[in-house]
Amino acid sequence: MSKRIVIDPVTRIEGHAKISIYVDDAGHVSDAEFHVVEFRGFEKFCEGRPFAEMPAITPRICGICPVSHLLASAKAGDAIMAVNIPPTADKLRRLMNLGQMVQSHALSFFHLSAPDFLLGWDTPQPQRNVFGIIASNKDLARAGIRLRQFGQEVIEILGGRKVHPSWAVPGGVRSPLSVEGRERIRLWLPEAYATTEAALNLWKKTMETHQREIQIFGNFPSLFMGLVAEDGTWEHHGGKLRFTDSSGSIIADQVDPQKYHEVIGESVQNSSYLKSPYYLPLGFPAGIYRVGPLARLNVCQRMGVPKADAELKTFKMMGRGAVTSSFLYHYARLIEILASLEYIERSMDDPEILGDYLRADAGINSLRGVGASEAPRGTLFHDYTVDRNGLLEKVNLIVATGQNNLAMNQTVAQIARHYINGSQQIPEPLLNRVEHGIRCYDPCLSCSTHAVGQMPMRVQLIGAGGKVLDELTRG
Amino acid sequence: MAAKTLTIDGKSITAEEGATVLQVAEEAGIKIPTLCHLEGIYDVGACRLCLVEVVGVPKLLPACATKVAEGMEINTDSERLRKYRRMTLELLFAERNHVCAVCVSNGHCELQTMAYSLGMDHVRYEYLFPKWGVDTTQRLFGMDHNRCILCTRCVRVCWHIEGAGTKNVSGRGTKSHIITDLNMPWGESVSCTQCGKCVQACPTGALFHKGSTAGEMERDRGKLEFLVTAREKHQWVVAV
Ligand code: SF4
Ligand code: SF4
Ligand code: FES
Repeated sequence: MSKRIVIDPVTRIEGHAKISIYVDDAGHVSDAEFHVVEFRGFEKFCEGRPFAEMPAITPRICGICPVSHLLASAKAGDAIMAVNIPPTADKLRRLMNLGQMVQSHALSFFHLSAPDFLLGWDTPQPQRNVFGIIASNKDLARAGIRLRQFGQEVIEILGGRKVHPSWAVPGGVRSPLSVEGRERIRLWLPEAYATTEAALNLWKKTMETHQREIQIFGNFPSLFMGLVAEDGTWEHHGGKLRFTDSSGSIIADQVDPQKYHEVIGESVQNSSYLKSPYYLPLGFPAGIYRVGPLARLNVCQRMGVPKADAELKTFKMMGRGAVTSSFLYHYARLIEILASLEYIERSMDDPEILGDYLRADAGINSLRGVGASEAPRGTLFHDYTVDRNGLLEKVNLIVATGQNNLAMNQTVAQIARHYINGSQQIPEPLLNRVEHGIRCYDPCLSCSTHAVGQMPMRVQLIGAGGKVLDELTRG
Repeated sequence: MAAKTLTIDGKSITAEEGATVLQVAEEAGIKIPTLCHLEGIYDVGACRLCLVEVVGVPKLLPACATKVAEGMEINTDSERLRKYRRMTLELLFAERNHVCAVCVSNGHCELQTMAYSLGMDHVRYEYLFPKWGVDTTQRLFGMDHNRCILCTRCVRVCWHIEGAGTKNVSGRGTKSHIITDLNMPWGESVSCTQCGKCVQACPTGALFHKGSTAGEMERDRGKLEFLVTAREKHQWVVAV
């Protein structure tokens, strides 16, 4: 008999998730699916609105990474106006994105993931959380919270408000960085470095004791995608797209994000509200690719800053070609925090950072504009089509969690395969590991579920041998 | 001109004949909430927010469009008035689509400020969610019908101060809306002088400078008053 085991909900992921694990007659895992069951019709909602409103609307797609949507949206606006924004504005946007990287990665590492590898998989659920860490490792927990605050502080110094800042606008940004703000950032840097280094040390010890996890938590070949600079240096806000395969070879490079649709296809699946993007030339599902910290570190040659570059060398040695274990997303995240701190530090000494020419002005010069930016979780695309008066006709958003969805399914299946073997039950330890497997990707659920016109729904009744006995499909 | 004596909220006041209750109350330091009233242009009593009670008159009267009379006893604040004002406001919100958080006028909007100050914490009526569009055909300005409260300030400044007569009201009931010339896209208007007075006059986010993003529309109403005073009284008074 085919049995479908549902784990619901995955706790500690912001938003809701539903996982199905399919097992065959012998009780072997045949497949797994990570369903996204929320629905938010943002793309439809925006139609008919002036494009300049989007940087205020889109951060509300998701309370988890509002800054990333803000920046991608403003960039799409730049493309519609076909302007080069003033250099200071670009530098300030980058600074904000780095702040976002630090705060989001710190949250993922210290709050959402560290409980698992610090306290152990088999610690009962009630203690396996951030309070559990605080009880067992006070200093680390406090430092982690402070590191996240540092990132938030950078965002707030620039944007004025922690959440939903409508500070970046088409053409630039709305307010400059003050000398006082810069000094506040600068003063906090030494502490942020110290915390990151402590976390890296801890992580290295974790890797020694977690070889098994490195092997089975989403360790499979796939493509990787991310933005890189012209010379292959790590990028987070500018640059062009690069795809590499699991041997580390570059298969597409310097693709202008404006033309992402030439390399990325979007498959719409009935079983989920998510669109699953894939590398177009390889088709679906062979063109599965991963985005986010692991992918960015795989596609780039160097970080471009010394401390992070030293770490990148160690990181790159963990794979033959590309580093393929999703468990190492955690490591990549820490390296990106380090790089972000170094780039933030560097920008503090840039005389242009305090400039006050911040906003370019123009009308509608292009009827389509794409804004791409590296969100902490991966490349984010905002693609707007407007009429001649700047009213939105079509909006397409491609978010990180959508792009990683297929990889998350594979990760869940791989973990499940090791823990459900012939058994018809899910033991608590498996739940913890599956949860963690998903958490490696740090998914932001509420934002990956934009509508494709209607809400697709499918109810399936699966009988012996996986035979579908009954089926209801809507949308 | 004969002087009239009356009381507002128990305070006895002497007022010039022909003055409105609103003017007199304001001079006496009594604040009456208004939305369609705009200093410098004639009143039409469109929003009904300034309703007051006059002893001996069963219905409520709009302070902006009611002239003072000898012996009038006026109340500007009562449970009944507060109830009606809140109701009026809630209906304004229910009639169109107001999403303050992303609105160009967020933080500088008279409707929003009014809702805060009258303690409107929710809307008891069903939202109509009408489908209104945005007109961004004009080179400099945009008009979002979703945020219009039909106060007709824009129409009045356009006719009375600028003398262009571009803006008008068309339709009845929930179908009423502001039009440009003979209901054409603003960008095609032949009468519009692109002076932007309507944009300065608008109390909400309905009229805006193109390209404005959330909370960026701030208006300078003083300019309109300045123009009217200059023309009617030949005084060029610059407020500092
Ligand atoms: S016009 Fe005023 S009340 Fe309406 S959405 Fe804009 S800010 Fe809110
Ligand atoms: S556009 Fe503005 S000024 Fe004109 S009627 Fe509407 S709310 Fe009033
Ligand atoms: S201000 Fe009197 S009716 Fe609007």
